[in-house]
Amino acid sequence: MASKVIHAYYNDDDVLMHAVKKIKEAKHHIEEVYCPFPVHGLDKAMGLAPTRIAITSFMYGCLGLAVSIVMMDYIMIDDWPQDIGGKPSFSYIENMPAFVPIMFELTVFFAAHLMVITFYLRSRLWPFKEAENPDVRTTDDHFVMEIEIHDNENELRNLLLDTGAVEISIADKNGH
Amino acid sequence: MYTFSSRLKIASIVLMVVGALGLGYGFITMPTSVEEAKAMVASHDDGHGGSHGEETHANTDSHGEHDASHDEHLLHQLQNKPWAALYVAAFFFFMIALGTLAFYAVQRASQAGWAPLLFRVMEGISAYLVPGGIIVFIILVLSVMHMNHLFVWMDADVVAHDKLLQGKAGYLDPIFFLIRAAIFLGGWILYREYSRKLSIKQDESNDNASFKLNFKISAAFLVFYLISESMMSWDWIMSVDPHWFSTLFGWYVFASMFVSGITVIAMVTIYLKSKNYLPDVNDSHIHDLAKFMFGISIFWTYLWFSQFMLIWYSNIPEEVTYFVTRIEDYKLPFFGMVVMNFVFPFLILMNSDYKRINWFVIMAGIVILAGHYIDIFNMIMPATVGDQWYIGIPEIGAILFFAGFFIFWVFRALGTVPLQPKRNPFIEESRHFHY
Repeated sequence: MASKVIHAYYNDDDVLMHAVKKIKEAKHHIEEVYCPFPVHGLDKAMGLAPTRIAITSFMYGCLGLAVSIVMMDYIMIDDWPQDIGGKPSFSYIENMPAFVPIMFELTVFFAAHLMVITFYLRSRLWPFKEAENPDVRTTDDHFVMEIEIHDNENELRNLLLDTGAVEISIADKNGH
Repeated sequence: MYTFSSRLKIASIVLMVVGALGLGYGFITMPTSVEEAKAMVASHDDGHGGSHGEETHANTDSHGEHDASHDEHLLHQLQNKPWAALYVAAFFFFMIALGTLAFYAVQRASQAGWAPLLFRVMEGISAYLVPGGIIVFIILVLSVMHMNHLFVWMDADVVAHDKLLQGKAGYLDPIFFLIRAAIFLGGWILYREYSRKLSIKQDESNDNASFKLNFKISAAFLVFYLISESMMSWDWIMSVDPHWFSTLFGWYVFASMFVSGITVIAMVTIYLKSKNYLPDVNDSHIHDLAKFMFGISIFWTYLWFSQFMLIWYSNIPEEVTYFVTRIEDYKLPFFGMVVMNFVFPFLILMNSDYKRINWFVIMAGIVILAGHYIDIFNMIMPATVGDQWYIGIPEIGAILFFAGFFIFWVFRALGTVPLQPKRNPFIEESRHFHY
C-alpha cells in the first residue's frame, strides 16, 4: 500500500527531542525517526515499547556458559583427561578454577554476538540490503522525522515548522 | 539543612554502648595462661568434636616440646581474638570512609556532572576518616608496643629465628611502619579537610577558583592515594602473614573499600531522601550508584579470583598455604563471601529497573557490606587467631560499636552544612541528571 508521508528535517538532537514530544502531545503518530547517531531517550519520547534485547542477551549468556562447561568437560576431562596444574584429579569441579576464564569468555562471546545478530534480524538488516533512510544527510548531520499524511498536510506542515524543522518535504512511501 | 534526629542519635549511642560491652566481655574473658587457653579449647571441642578432635589426636603423637610450643601458640591465638575483632571492625569502618573519599576524588577529578548533588553526603561519610584513622593508628601503636600479637614480625624473638623475616626486616621495622602509617593517614586527612573547606568556600564565592583548585588537588590526591593505599594494604593487612605476598593485594583491598564506600553513599542518600532531604536527588542518581555497586562488585570478584587462580595453578608451597588455611579452616566465610559479594549483587542488581527501587538497593547494600566485613575478616583472622575463629560476642560487639560510632560521626557531620552545594558549576547538570 502506497501512502504519502511528510519528512521533517532537524539539525539538532535537542530540538528533535522537543519536537517529538510536541508532536506526540498533538496526538500524531510518528512513523519513524532517522538519526545519524543514537539519541538518548528518543525511544521513550516516541512511545516505542521497551526493548527486550537485554532478556535475549541474558539467555544467550546462559547458553554460552552451558556450552563452555559441556565443551571443557568433554575436551579436558572426558575425551582426553588432562593433568591440570600438577593436580591429576580428573574431576571437573576440582579443576574448575582453570576453566573459569573460558566460562567467562564464552558467556560474553555468546551474549554479545548473538545479541547483535538478533538485533540485525529484528531490524531487518542484512548484507547488501538497500538503505531505508530517505535522505543521505541522515547519516551525516540531519535528523528526519517521518509522519504519515491523512489529508492533513497543511496542519502537519505548520506544526512541524513550529517545532523547529529546517526543511520539509513530501514523499511517497511503499509499505514494507 | 539536615538536623541529626535525636532518635538516630540515641540509636547510635545504644549501638556504641552495647558494642563496647561486647568488646569488654571479649577482653575480660581473654585467657591469661596456657592452662586457661587449653581449658577453653577443651570445652569448645566437647561441643563440636569432629575435625578439632582429630587435630588434637595428631598433636599428642608428637613430642612434648612441640606440644608446649603448640599450647603457647594457642594461647596467643586466643589472646589475639578480641584484638583481631577490634582491628577488623575498626579497619572495616575506616575503609568505608576512605573508599568514599576515593570515590569523591574521582568525581572531582573527572568533573562528573551527575555527582555534585551527592558531594555533601560523600563529605559527611569521609568525615569519619579522622576519628576512624586515629583509632586504627592507635591499634597499630599498641601492636608495636607488644600489647597484642597481631603482627608476628614485630616480635624480635620470632624474627631472630626466621630467615625470611630477617630479609624483610628493613621494611617491616616497627618504627618505619608507624612513620609510614602516619604519612598515609596524614595525607588522606589533609586532602579530605582541605577539599571539604574548598567545597564549602565555593558556595559563597563569586568565581570558580575554589572549584578549580579542588579539581587539581583531587587529581594529585588520586596519585598519592593509589600508591599509599597499596602500601597501606601491605603494611596493615598483608603483613599479618609476613611470609606470604601477592602483587595485586593493594588492588584487591581497594576494590573492597571502593564498593563498600559507594554502597554506604547509596544507603545514606536513600535514608536522607526517605526523610525528605535532598529533594533534587532523583532515581537516576540512585541508579548510577547502584550501577557502581554492581560494577565494582564484579571488579572485586575479578581480583579475588585472579589472586586465587594464579596461586592455585602454580601450587608453590609458600604461596598456596594462604589459601589452604582459608579453605580448610574458613570454608564457610571464604566461599560465603563470594556468594554475598558477587552472586547476590550480580543477580539482584543486574536488572536495570531494580537499580531504581530504593529498598532493593538497601537490601543489596546490607549484604554487600556484610560480605566485605567478612572479606576483611578472612584477611586478618587466619594469621592471627587461626582455627580459633568465631563470629561471637567480641566480633559482633566490635561491629556494633564502630557502626554506632560511624553513624554518630557521619550524621553529625552531615548536619553542619547545607546538604545541597549552592555554587558548584555542575549543579544544574546534576539536578537535571536523567538516565
